[in-house]
Amino acid sequence: MASPDIPNQNDVLRTVDGIPLKTALATASRRARIRAFLLVVPLLVFILLTFAVPIGQMLSRSFTDDKFSANMVELGKWFDANGKAAPDEAAYAALAADLKTSAEDRSAGNVGTRINYELPGTRSLFTSAARKARNLEPPFKEAILALDPQWARADLWAAMRSASAPATLNFYQAALDRQIGADGEFEAAPENTQIYVKLFIRTFVMSIVITGLCLLLGFPIAHLLAILPLRHASLLMILVLLPFWTSLLVRTTSWMVLLQTQGVINDLLVWLHIVSDGGRLEMMYNQTGTIIAMTHILLPFMILPLYSVMKTIPPSYARAARSLGATSWTTFRRIYLPQTISGIGAGGILCFILAVGYYITPALVGGADGTLISNQIAFHMQKSLNWSLAAALAGMLLVAVLILYWAYDRIIGIDNMKLG
Amino acid sequence: MKKLLILSTALSTFAFGASAQEVVLMSWGGAYGKSQTEAYLKPFTAETGIKTTMVDADNPATPVKAMVEANNVTVDVVDIEYADAIRLCDEGLLETLDPAILPDGADGTPAMDDFLPGAVTDCSAATIVFSTMYAYDTTKFPNGGPKTMADFFDIQKFPGKRGLRKGAKANLEMALMADGVPAADVYATLETDAGVDKAFAMLDKIKADTVWWEAGAQPPQLLADGEVSMSTAYNGRIFAAAVAEGKPFESVWDGQVYEYDVLAVPKGAKNKDVAMQFIAYATGTQRLADQAKYIAYGPARKSSGPLVGLYEDGKTEMAPYMPTSAANLTNALASDFEFWADHDTQLNERFNSWLLN
Amino acid sequence: MVKQPQNDGFVVFDHVQKSYDGETLVVKDLNLSIGKGEFLTMLGPSGSGKTTCLMMLAGFETATSGDIRLDGRPINTVPPHKRGIGMVFQNYALFPHMTVGENLSFPLEVRGMGKDERETKVKRALDMVQMYDFINRRPAQLSGGQQQRIALARALVFDPSLVLMDEPLGALDKQLREHMQFEIKHLHESLGITVVYVTHDQGEALTMSDRVAVFNDGRIQQLAPPNELYERPDNAFVAQFIGENNKLEGVVESISGNQAEVRLTTGELIAATPVNVTKKGEKTLVSIRPERVEFKPEMMPSGAHMIEAEVLEFIYMGDLFRTRLRVAGHDDFVIKSRNTQGQTMLRPGEKIKIGWSPADARALQP
Repeated sequence: MASPDIPNQNDVLRTVDGIPLKTALATASRRARIRAFLLVVPLLVFILLTFAVPIGQMLSRSFTDDKFSANMVELGKWFDANGKAAPDEAAYAALAADLKTSAEDRSAGNVGTRINYELPGTRSLFTSAARKARNLEPPFKEAILALDPQWARADLWAAMRSASAPATLNFYQAALDRQIGADGEFEAAPENTQIYVKLFIRTFVMSIVITGLCLLLGFPIAHLLAILPLRHASLLMILVLLPFWTSLLVRTTSWMVLLQTQGVINDLLVWLHIVSDGGRLEMMYNQTGTIIAMTHILLPFMILPLYSVMKTIPPSYARAARSLGATSWTTFRRIYLPQTISGIGAGGILCFILAVGYYITPALVGGADGTLISNQIAFHMQKSLNWSLAAALAGMLLVAVLILYWAYDRIIGIDNMKLG
Repeated sequence: MKKLLILSTALSTFAFGASAQEVVLMSWGGAYGKSQTEAYLKPFTAETGIKTTMVDADNPATPVKAMVEANNVTVDVVDIEYADAIRLCDEGLLETLDPAILPDGADGTPAMDDFLPGAVTDCSAATIVFSTMYAYDTTKFPNGGPKTMADFFDIQKFPGKRGLRKGAKANLEMALMADGVPAADVYATLETDAGVDKAFAMLDKIKADTVWWEAGAQPPQLLADGEVSMSTAYNGRIFAAAVAEGKPFESVWDGQVYEYDVLAVPKGAKNKDVAMQFIAYATGTQRLADQAKYIAYGPARKSSGPLVGLYEDGKTEMAPYMPTSAANLTNALASDFEFWADHDTQLNERFNSWLLN
Repeated sequence: MVKQPQNDGFVVFDHVQKSYDGETLVVKDLNLSIGKGEFLTMLGPSGSGKTTCLMMLAGFETATSGDIRLDGRPINTVPPHKRGIGMVFQNYALFPHMTVGENLSFPLEVRGMGKDERETKVKRALDMVQMYDFINRRPAQLSGGQQQRIALARALVFDPSLVLMDEPLGALDKQLREHMQFEIKHLHESLGITVVYVTHDQGEALTMSDRVAVFNDGRIQQLAPPNELYERPDNAFVAQFIGENNKLEGVVESISGNQAEVRLTTGELIAATPVNVTKKGEKTLVSIRPERVEFKPEMMPSGAHMIEAEVLEFIYMGDLFRTRLRVAGHDDFVIKSRNTQGQTMLRPGEKIKIGWSPADARALQP
């Protein structure tokens, strides 16, 4: 057996074989580290591919749009050289050349769509000009203005200059109800097209209301779950979880059957003579419908974290408080409630974040005034195909949620969050 | 980065698969999908031996952009609305269609003359004409129902909830026609701010009594549930509910807004050549006439008109239910795709904002 | 049973019964009177009903039938917070989100006491358990023993006349537990409060109590001061449960006054004190404490019958020697002798004769 004495070479601890201790330790634990890493790799790759990359891609879209800049190369060069100067003959020549190219590679629609985002009604300017671009002769300024005098519009050139660089904050401006004005600067959009700021506010207000309702309804259930004997508690737990096992659409449409003006609840109220047949309650296709259906759908997300926290609170605390002379209300307020804060925080933040991003339910039961910002994002994803604006709206939503998360961390502390 | 995006998007779309010598048609499902299966897919397979598959989507135009951008086009033919086809074509998301492949009419009319005006575009060929019109529940109006578009906006005369599509398109046109603007002047009026204000002012009259729908299947459901007494709808859906299911719905054709539905091939489709062959086949005179046997949408070819017969039940005459019937076209408006391509964003923002206030 | 002279019926259980399911009784006809200033321990194995009794007294469980009276007042319908009873819980139940000071202040706050008075009382209570330095700590920052003291101080801070303790020392290690036993006992004596203490540790019960109520199967088996309980158990259960105990089975051969002779199943005849056997021929279980058994002939008490024993095992325990014997067919007969100068260390295999004073052998009903 080798001597256990530590050789005093250069003050480095060495193993009995003379290998520095640090190296030996690294070698010894490397296998374990590699193994641990390999176990994580599948999930890491999965998350990267299905979560991080698409979100990153989507967010990068909110800052960039090259539909114009990639296709209008000559004009881009002119803007680089001349900045904000008024368009001269050279500018129109570049425009004509680009329109010719875009007619050949069928990109005029894309170019027009990009400018149309900023200046509604200008898309056909590009598509029709591209169709006739082949016949354009110098002097280009006269030729192009002959096609349509709108080409002289200052705001059109401002929009083109702004679009000639792929990177842009225009979509965030649009997401804040602002648009390019005639002078090329951003200004508030006309009152009757402003929508996003209002929708953001409504989304947050409604999410707060829904979260509050979830808390109000979920707290007693979670408490009951925590104190019932296991046999009854598991039955109740199944009832709580049942909605999870039912399709979201089924649940939402069930609410429609219940809440509509000719629905079960109204029929019952009429039958009981609580409301008259003509005075049936409007509980669907408005905010009420959205709040009721979403509260129901999000309730388990409040109950489960609350339950997991309440489960850990021994009944002896309440008993101790009672024995010390506190009424049941004081016991609840001073002793029980403060100990459930971490559950309330977790459930609240979970419900709120989910509510902020919900869109199927508001789309189905929300009607005109029950829709949320997510419906507008879906609209731009699916119908208007303005993905960049959708990404900008989603990005703002993401930032708002992150701010909330940060505030939560500052006020309650994220370490206190118990999700189950 | 681009490759990663392709891969990740592919992960979410690889549920569909397509192999050689196969045509995958993405369409709207329901009664409409069934009419296409019977009229195009089955005979095409029988004649050519090429396998055909039908895939459903809420709106087949929606996934096209995602598929083309991810370079993973899993369908060969899409059935989309005319305005979408124009827009997708302009954005380079559809293959160009050579009009020469389209067959002449059965009566010998050259193809380009046989199709209704504008039915063939750079990227697509129309199959049917569908209409957005309105229908009412006859049981709600025992003393005679509404007859004109103006009646739809008259809550005093015809009380009850209204169903309207949640979007600017068709609603603004209908509002103007109800206000007395002749069909021919509707789009010129909408080009002006005053015209748009006028349309919204008309919509204001029924705003408080409106239930908004988004999917085509909703209006017949809203009518059947008694949630609304009248609703705008796609005419084929009302036909299906009224004729096939015997619901007491009556269609009003005054002020209808009609549009083509077209077939197109997404850019980069795996079986592009067969797909084109399929489009040429499916838009033939007899195919379009056959389709009208199953659903009340008008054929996009003149030569198909005379061949349209009875509904599949063998007794219902289809002509009165067709948007293209002369009787139904007395006060009708052809949807202007170019107007909507230009103004869709702006008017929908205005519309959404109007909804909020 | 001897009635305690100071027993003025401060706490009274009067024919109290308790059932949770309507089918079985957890507490069967409990009658108990606790005097003011008394330290009474409810001792028993788990499930014997002792904790249920304590919970009924605290107001967390309601008696199914019968009356519980506190200071002459029936309290069956009085909610727990109006009973004014201090309570110390098994796991202390210190509120984790409050500091030590806030914990102690809580019962005073809910009584609407002013800030100055609260501070005075909190300081006094904390000084009492020498924990004033910890007033701003949270319970999680304290050791088990410290938490225990705080819990004690909290139960006493509002000057209750009755304090209930539910196995308060169960979670402490042996040394700390013994230390705390004395401290609690000391507080009890200096404050003159009435304490009802629940435990399953008989050593604790014997050490601290004025009287011990031994619970089993929903009944009080014996209610007596510790010494009486130990030396004169009323029945086989109490004899078994309190302290170490040797049992010999037999039949009463003769009985006269407080002398009886018992014929063991193996034939030997021994002398015993009849406790609850009355007539000849009755089956009995004779219980003898290990430390009361003598094996040195010169030390044998008078009137002792001697019987044969074989040494099976000898264990050196420091202050004691513990010897396991085979006696009358039993392999588990244990005797204990003090490690005094000149004490004999028995060797396994050795044959000896053992005996005891008839007063120490108690003939009980089996």
